Amino acid sequence: MNLLRAYCRSPSAVAGLLLLVLVVMMAASAGWLFPRDPLALAGRPLVWPGDNPRFYLGTDNSGRDIAAQIFHGARISLLIGVVATSIAIVIGVVIGAVSGYYGGWVDTALMRVTEAFQTLPNFLLLLVLVAVFGSNLMTVTIAIGVVSWPAPARLTRAEFLSLRNREFVQACRTLGMKDRQIIFREILPNALPPVIVYASVVMAVAILLESALAFLRLSDPNVASWGNLIGLGRDVLRIQWYVSAIPGLAILLTVLAVSLVGQGLNDALNPRLKGR
Amino acid sequence: MSALLTLDGLSVRLPPGADRTHALSDVSLSLQPNEILCIVGESGSGKSMTANAVMRLLPTGVVIDQGRIVFGDRDLASLGEEDMRQVRGAGIAMIFQEPMTALNPLRTIGDQIGEMFRIHTQLSEAETAGRVLELLAEVRIPDPKLTIRAYPHELSGGQRQRAMIAMALALDPKVLIADEPTTALDVTTQAQILALIRDLQARKGTGVMFVTHDFGVVAEIADRVAVMQQGKVVEIGTTHEVLRRPQHHYTRQLIGAVPQLKAPPPRSISSQTILSIEDVSKTYRTGGFLGRGARVTHAVRDVSLKLPKGGTLGIVGESGSGKSTLARCIVRLIEPEKGVIRLEDTNLLSLAGEDLRRTRSRVQMVFQDPFGSLNPRRKAGDLVAQGPMIHGASRSEAVARARELFALVGLDPASTDRFPHEFSGGQRQRIGLARALALQPEVLVADEPVSALDVSVQAQVLTLLADLRTRLGLSLVFITHDLRVAAQICDLVAVMKDGVVVESGPIAQVFEHPQHAYTQALLGSIPGRSFALNQGD
Repeated sequence: MNLLRAYCRSPSAVAGLLLLVLVVMMAASAGWLFPRDPLALAGRPLVWPGDNPRFYLGTDNSGRDIAAQIFHGARISLLIGVVATSIAIVIGVVIGAVSGYYGGWVDTALMRVTEAFQTLPNFLLLLVLVAVFGSNLMTVTIAIGVVSWPAPARLTRAEFLSLRNREFVQACRTLGMKDRQIIFREILPNALPPVIVYASVVMAVAILLESALAFLRLSDPNVASWGNLIGLGRDVLRIQWYVSAIPGLAILLTVLAVSLVGQGLNDALNPRLKGR
Repeated sequence: MSALLTLDGLSVRLPPGADRTHALSDVSLSLQPNEILCIVGESGSGKSMTANAVMRLLPTGVVIDQGRIVFGDRDLASLGEEDMRQVRGAGIAMIFQEPMTALNPLRTIGDQIGEMFRIHTQLSEAETAGRVLELLAEVRIPDPKLTIRAYPHELSGGQRQRAMIAMALALDPKVLIADEPTTALDVTTQAQILALIRDLQARKGTGVMFVTHDFGVVAEIADRVAVMQQGKVVEIGTTHEVLRRPQHHYTRQLIGAVPQLKAPPPRSISSQTILSIEDVSKTYRTGGFLGRGARVTHAVRDVSLKLPKGGTLGIVGESGSGKSTLARCIVRLIEPEKGVIRLEDTNLLSLAGEDLRRTRSRVQMVFQDPFGSLNPRRKAGDLVAQGPMIHGASRSEAVARARELFALVGLDPASTDRFPHEFSGGQRQRIGLARALALQPEVLVADEPVSALDVSVQAQVLTLLADLRTRLGLSLVFITHDLRVAAQICDLVAVMKDGVVVESGPIAQVFEHPQHAYTQALLGSIPGRSFALNQGD
């Protein structure tokens, strides 16, 4: 309750939340507003927005309804964002927690692996994974999650390093508590706030990564994603620029919304900023 | 003689939502030239706020809303920020509690002291360097020439505080404000710093406003005392008057709570040993590669001690003496590399895995920090119930037990579903105690359990510990840096220095006839020693 009040103090955070709710509503209402397959032929190709009242956002180069693709695309983008982020956070938190709690050689080994992942540009790694495992929606989502975990892992590790020597943790050890319990039930809840905030960054990046893949036509071509639509519009970019611009705007607003929510959460969860 | 500094009906307002509306209300004080005025009070009494108000270093949202601060012919309460800057440092200087954080870690000591001259005077670089050297010699820093080029982390706590004093006195200020300047220091260092302040003050005729929570320090250094409670000055007078004939009931209560150095009459102790520590050593190695060039610190060296059943063994020493390391070895939070710690017939150090986890319930620990030792995200009742649940009790049993324990340590059993931050420091320490007692331990290791508490709360917690000890038949290992506290509760005492026990024995014997030079030095450094010995007579 206090968290909600602290969150609502910042107007930009509220704006971000409203935008995010709007995107979620688009995703939820897609099936009801556009019951037909968004990838099915709907009319003449390359109709400018507003020219035909049936297609108020126009049609793309194959004559598919852009509005339908935007609404259905919201589902895909959110799905990828949420699932890939969850994968990244779960892997990151487990590795970071174990590494930070035990220290010593466990930490050294796990951190070298993390660094190996970090030194590779994650988009390059993503391309390799997609090239090897194919590009359907599931593999793309998992691949994005798998390339995004190092940063949350380092963050969790840093939190654990400072928390593990706190007296309440030592108290749990003197009570005879098992390590697993100490890590996940005692320390983790205290370490989580910055990780939750960082999750918003991971989510924004995940949405962008999928778009970038789709732009290179390496994402799943059988789903209506915003990235796919931008990729299609590339061929007619100079004249019918709206084909790329409309999904581009959708991505921009979604990423902005997620970032603003993350920023708002950070301010609300960080007690040092209270009262500013 | 006219006063150097006069606070006249000063009120300082806190932002809305604080626990009271005013940090200070209607505070009137005056500081005469060449005197030391101690402002004494418990945490939250507004004593530090008074010091900060004079310097106009108040946190945002906290404002002076009434009264005057007269310094010379000016009212500091209404002075502009630019004029105030002229007063700070040159007219009124301040020293803080923690010299490590008050000094800039990236600049040398000489550079930081020289800064005072660069800001407020037109001295040349060479003259400045000369003055800095003089100042450092004046505060009796060993080897001032080297210290000029040293960084703060290269000095000891006492030396840093000396450097801070040098900086504060650089421009011969009329008034020096000292905010708990010796609280973070060891007792022997504290005695030296107090002597230094007293000496410099007398030589320069400075007026010193000395903020402290410790009546021993007051007895040692003050000419006059102002006692504060809840933002008000409740009593003011000469040191002798206030300490010997306190008028206000709050002052009487505070002075009554100051632990006496005299040990209570010895209790009869069983001849059976419950815990024996034999030749325990713990060394730390830092840096170095494959054992070469490593720095080795002997935190605990060949310590042997015995704790009789039902007795209390005090381990006293200054910071870095290894007393906390030893405590953590006993509860196996730290693994000593050598030695035996025997609890009746079990060697605690040879246990591992499941055996160790089960045996942990027999030796429990109470920690120093009432804020850090409780998980902020768990309810107080859960914290206490956790232990029994780990060792196989059902949830309802454990919760019922937690409520009993709350009553036992003097907390309201209905408060079990509140979070730690809703309790005061003393109450939190009681929760920590309840958590340790929940497993019905035979030995309780208490690591500075009252050091973070105000003196009146300290007395209550000590009484509680002493009471529980007899009621539950507990044997206690009590770690403390404060000999006055040790005198209150311990039957036996061991004095540690640099990881070695230099002297041990029954407390009355050690405190009245100390054999080792270090024990004598420790006892001689206790601030207000004569006061601590004589009060109550």
